Amino acid sequence: MSTLKCECGHVNPVGTELCERCGKPFDEKDQGILYMRYEGAALRSRKKNKTFVDYIWNFFASVKVGVGLLVITLIVSMFGTIYPQQMYIPATADPYQYYPDQYGFAGFLYVSLGFHQMYSSWWYITLLLLSGISIVVSSIDRGIPLYRSLKNQQVRRHPRFMQRQRISGRVVVDDPEQTLANVADVLKSMRYKVMTGEKAVMGEKNRFSRWGAYVVHLGLIVLLLGALLRILPGFSMDQYVWIRDGETVPVPGTENKYYIKSEGFEVEFYEQNDEEGPLIPEEFRTEAVLYENMATQSGQRELREIKRHTIRVNDPLRHEGLSFYQSDYKMNEFSQFTFALTHQESGEEVGLVEIDLFDPASEYDLGNGFKVELVEYYPDFELDAKKEPQTKSPIPNNPAFIFRVITPDNPAGETSMVLIQQTIVAPGAENEYALKIKNIAFNNVTGLMVRTERSLPIIYFGLALIMLGLVISFYWQHKRIWVQEQDGAIMLAAYTHKNWFSFKQEVERLIDLTGLPLDKRTLDKEVPMDE
Amino acid sequence: MRNRWIRIIVLGVIFLAVASAFIAAYTADDSPFDVGDLAPDFTLLNLDGEPVSLKDFRGQGVMLNFWATNCPPCREEMPAIERQYQQYKDKGIQILAINIAESRLVASRFKDRYDLTFPILLDEDRSVTQRYGIIPIPTSFFIDKDGYVVAKVQSMMTDEMIKAHLEAIVP
Repeated sequence: MSTLKCECGHVNPVGTELCERCGKPFDEKDQGILYMRYEGAALRSRKKNKTFVDYIWNFFASVKVGVGLLVITLIVSMFGTIYPQQMYIPATADPYQYYPDQYGFAGFLYVSLGFHQMYSSWWYITLLLLSGISIVVSSIDRGIPLYRSLKNQQVRRHPRFMQRQRISGRVVVDDPEQTLANVADVLKSMRYKVMTGEKAVMGEKNRFSRWGAYVVHLGLIVLLLGALLRILPGFSMDQYVWIRDGETVPVPGTENKYYIKSEGFEVEFYEQNDEEGPLIPEEFRTEAVLYENMATQSGQRELREIKRHTIRVNDPLRHEGLSFYQSDYKMNEFSQFTFALTHQESGEEVGLVEIDLFDPASEYDLGNGFKVELVEYYPDFELDAKKEPQTKSPIPNNPAFIFRVITPDNPAGETSMVLIQQTIVAPGAENEYALKIKNIAFNNVTGLMVRTERSLPIIYFGLALIMLGLVISFYWQHKRIWVQEQDGAIMLAAYTHKNWFSFKQEVERLIDLTGLPLDKRTLDKEVPMDE
Repeated sequence: MRNRWIRIIVLGVIFLAVASAFIAAYTADDSPFDVGDLAPDFTLLNLDGEPVSLKDFRGQGVMLNFWATNCPPCREEMPAIERQYQQYKDKGIQILAINIAESRLVASRFKDRYDLTFPILLDEDRSVTQRYGIIPIPTSFFIDKDGYVVAKVQSMMTDEMIKAHLEAIVP
């Protein structure tokens, strides 16, 4: 491995432009102002392409590529917000039909290009990953050599380094040693960190400001990681749970670790001023209780209450990254039917049959030899293709019952069918006894969205790092002033990475306070100073 | 030389991380366990109200069938399951039909109507259904005598299909 040995004795990596220690420019022909952003350190990516690895490295280390990737990612991210993502359209809708129906040809394009599930598509994630790689590689490529250079720098600099700074000057004084001591004192009074070397003084301030950009990079990486973690199982979850009043159900996606109970869902309406207008809901709320299941086996419960909360819109129940949001509701679902067993002719009631629609009994004994057997129960009655009675769903939207009524006079029983919401004349119309609906009890059902977003703290941390990095690089600046004796004269040079105007004023103040007879007007090679 | 190796390692680590993120994200399905894994144990009540645990049948091949009366293909495959149960019940095979969140009455009337003789278990709060990550029904699992899942079928099955799968888990 070839290295570059400077005349000061320091061994630099190949590709170094300015000696890490004394700053001597290795390119002797050029006489212009030195490019100091990376302190003339050897950047891998500045090497000519040699191997395949170098080629890939240089591609990702390129600022153009990095900025390009980020810009493309941002623009593409915007496309995903034009129409709702697939998770926000009705779950039963076919996206290839839904989008064109809703949004016409644009919707067709949208769904054809896969924008309806963009944020988890392979190409979007590839884009995020490429941006991430570019940030990591370019940070390593520049950050490490820059750090090395700043760490290895010595106080006394090579005269050509001094000469080729943007701010530099040379003047002959009577007593160089006294002048240097004076400069050191003044720099100290200007709150510079002063280092002295062999007939040389360097004042340095706020070196950490150079790392601001890298803190921003780190923040971006953390942010990308947070976004990518969402696609791993367990980090992000969107589930839905329906709970009837009084019911306790396992929380989906938690492997039965948590159970949630609704102690009642309610809608409150605004008081109405005029009687015509529709009722306007004021508040939806669920009295919820969260339990932890201590039983280790599925199907078994050993619940321990951990939290109680009234869930309202925008006021979810939260526990260890799980959040339950009020999202939907269903009012007045049938929960219980009360029938009166009635003698058809006399209208006399024999007794009441209370049927829990979610857990009906198979027979109801009314005493005195009267018994009602529930022969068949269809919570959501329909006739299937073969004209056989079936249930469409387990929810009692349209309950149908077949009863056998056993009376003291008729121990074999008579059969009758009762359908709600449909007045089919049941085969039991000519029966002696009929079951007449006496009372119906209703339940409310609450729909809760269950979400986990474990990557959120990571995302916030990333944003905080970005902010910190921006503050570091905006509000502070790295400043260095070198003053040294060279061949009986005093040389001065100064460098900062931004905000030259205020820095020049500081250099002028140094000159004024030390009384160095330097011509301030010729100090800055780029912009001659005004009087 | 050293630097070059560092760069190769850095790039290598990044690409490995990317590849593993992709593989993790796109091979992960919603199922909480895979074929080849140990079937999660559970305890549910049968129609007589007695607790039945999966692990009680260790040593036997077990077919788990998740169903509900409101699912037409579930209804349709039940007679086939019953026929195969008759063929295999003396060969060390047990069939457990797990009813998803219906009432005891609805499940037991269904059992009577279809003359089913294998045990029906009630997953009242869907906890086992969730634990097994059931999405479409019917879904059936075939579990060998050591409790490992040998096959998972997410569709209606014919006599031949059931027979072939049961043959594979006969102890």
